[in-house]
Amino acid sequence: MFRYILRRFAASILTLWASTVIVFWLVCLSGDPLGELRMNPHLSHETLLLRIHALHLDKSIPVRYWIWFKGLLHGSLGINLEGQVIRSGIASALQITLRMVVVATLLAIVIAVVTGVLAAVRRGGILDRSFSFINFVLLATPTFVIGLVLKLYVALPINQAAGSYVLPVNGSQSPTLTGSFWHRLPDYAIHMLMPTLTLTLVSYSSWAIYQRSSFLEAMDMDHVRLARSKGLSPRRVLVRHILRNAMIPVVTVVALDFAGILGGAIITESVYSWNGMGHWFISAVGATDVYAMVAYLLITALFIIVFNLLTDVAYAILDPRIRYA
Amino acid sequence: MLKRLLSFIIIIDLVAALISFYWPIKVFLVALVAWRVLIGAKKRRKAKREVDIVQVLGQWGQATRRFMNDRLAVLGLIVLLVIVMASLAESIFNHDGYMTLTGDYLVPPSWHHLFGTTQVGIDLFSAVMKGILVDIRVAVVVSIVTISVGTIMGAIAGYFGGKVDAVIMQIINLFLIVPGLSILIVLSNQLKTSSDTSLLLAVIVGLLGWTYVARLVRAEFLSLRTRDFVEAARALGAGRVRIIARHMLPNTMGPIVVNGTLTMAGSILLEATLSFLGLGIQPPEVSLGALLQSGQDFAQNAPWCFLFPAGILLILILSIFFVGDGLQSALDPRKARAK
Repeated sequence: MFRYILRRFAASILTLWASTVIVFWLVCLSGDPLGELRMNPHLSHETLLLRIHALHLDKSIPVRYWIWFKGLLHGSLGINLEGQVIRSGIASALQITLRMVVVATLLAIVIAVVTGVLAAVRRGGILDRSFSFINFVLLATPTFVIGLVLKLYVALPINQAAGSYVLPVNGSQSPTLTGSFWHRLPDYAIHMLMPTLTLTLVSYSSWAIYQRSSFLEAMDMDHVRLARSKGLSPRRVLVRHILRNAMIPVVTVVALDFAGILGGAIITESVYSWNGMGHWFISAVGATDVYAMVAYLLITALFIIVFNLLTDVAYAILDPRIRYA
Repeated sequence: MLKRLLSFIIIIDLVAALISFYWPIKVFLVALVAWRVLIGAKKRRKAKREVDIVQVLGQWGQATRRFMNDRLAVLGLIVLLVIVMASLAESIFNHDGYMTLTGDYLVPPSWHHLFGTTQVGIDLFSAVMKGILVDIRVAVVVSIVTISVGTIMGAIAGYFGGKVDAVIMQIINLFLIVPGLSILIVLSNQLKTSSDTSLLLAVIVGLLGWTYVARLVRAEFLSLRTRDFVEAARALGAGRVRIIARHMLPNTMGPIVVNGTLTMAGSILLEATLSFLGLGIQPPEVSLGALLQSGQDFAQNAPWCFLFPAGILLILILSIFFVGDGLQSALDPRKARAK
């Protein structure tokens, strides 16, 4: 199994490298980073040339890629348009976004499995139908609408009723926040509440639908009937015989959707004005900041690859056949 | 009869929405639909009397029957039709309504302004109806692009296998690790300056989103490849193109069509998301997403500006989902058993 994972990892690294080539080329073509500076009448020609040189804009795209790639091998992501080191900037943005994404993903998986199994077991009942309805409505609503509704029609009225900001909806922390990590934690947590809820609601619905139907399918299998007729307790049959099989397709969907969660994080951050990766990316695009954009795309791709590898491990645990393939 | 009528109208409507917003063409098309339906009904009634005894239902006939037995799917189809017809009617009879300044600012919904007016005095009903048309056009173009590119790539990968398959799968993996939304955001600067943003947007979304269809078709082809009827066709000397087009593709139509409806819903949602970020469809073009984007600032003091576009968007997507669900159980009864 270890070799299997290793093989997958090597293949992913190759794909990752290919993606950097394409992404770099695409981003370079997306606009002129100095477009606004060129418009500025107070800027001397020499300064402009200096900027062009610093950003390697006088070289062709393959050469620029090579310079960037060499930097990457040394662990540098380059500098952004304002001359700041991208690595430290994106690192702090990343840890803000990860707070939300990790908690929301885990929460969404748990909710999806629990509601999906409940709906499948009580198929056709009130619970099943109301879960289905909620799932479809959530699936049919854009992320930002869910976010805005939660923010404007849930959090703000509560805040108004309470007379203070019980449910903060702007930013990932209070502006004046000091002290040790444990001291800051409650503030982080309360700021995370609404955005994480939004991202969870957006992510879990399709998984729950999937969990339900794959559970129903697994319930019909012969080995389940055998387990029942052996006289195993219903709980044991449900967990060991049905759920284990039903989880396999769900794991795939979760892995494929991870890119979607990162996309959802861009939107959620924008709704709740967080300064995470989404904000980083949107402002980089707004400023046509090539290296900042590439850095975002690279890190996203890396996360997607790691997540897919984790899924492969989960697969191998759930389905022994894969281990020996 | 009703089924034929419904399916016919929706096809014509979608084509009309796709071809042009120029209203005389639409009047003509609506007249054409009415005429076809009237003539067709007479012919069919005649034909039905003749074959009543031996009722022959083909593959599609059976599928239609299954679809019609699905109440939620029929409801979705009807709602979808009503929405599309209303937006077509609005754009025919009130062609520039979405751009006309009424002089009433932020007026709540009334008989005169069904959905109220916006902060610049535009009748929201007109704007929403126009936005629906734009969104549906985006959805149709996206589906056409994803289905054609995805089917071709998937068919090639699944039929030939081996190295060709490996190369195509690698390309698909590339698309998987670079999220489509990010690429769209990167390209948004170019989009904004285009003369027909919504069309360009739709084509790009389609070119970014074909991988799912390709994987679907590939998987189906891999299992069809070794089936007896394909072997038989090959033994009879049929060429590759003929085997793919006449023997294998028809057997994958079900999943492709179902996926097409989901793609439509997804592309409308994606358009709305891009517009919310200010990167999608730009004025003077409107879309539901653009309306939501401008309406969010008034969501508390003038909730109709936000809630009407949001509600219509929800109903639109939900009805597409229900239709897709109905199609799934109609076209692929085996897989839909677990519903």
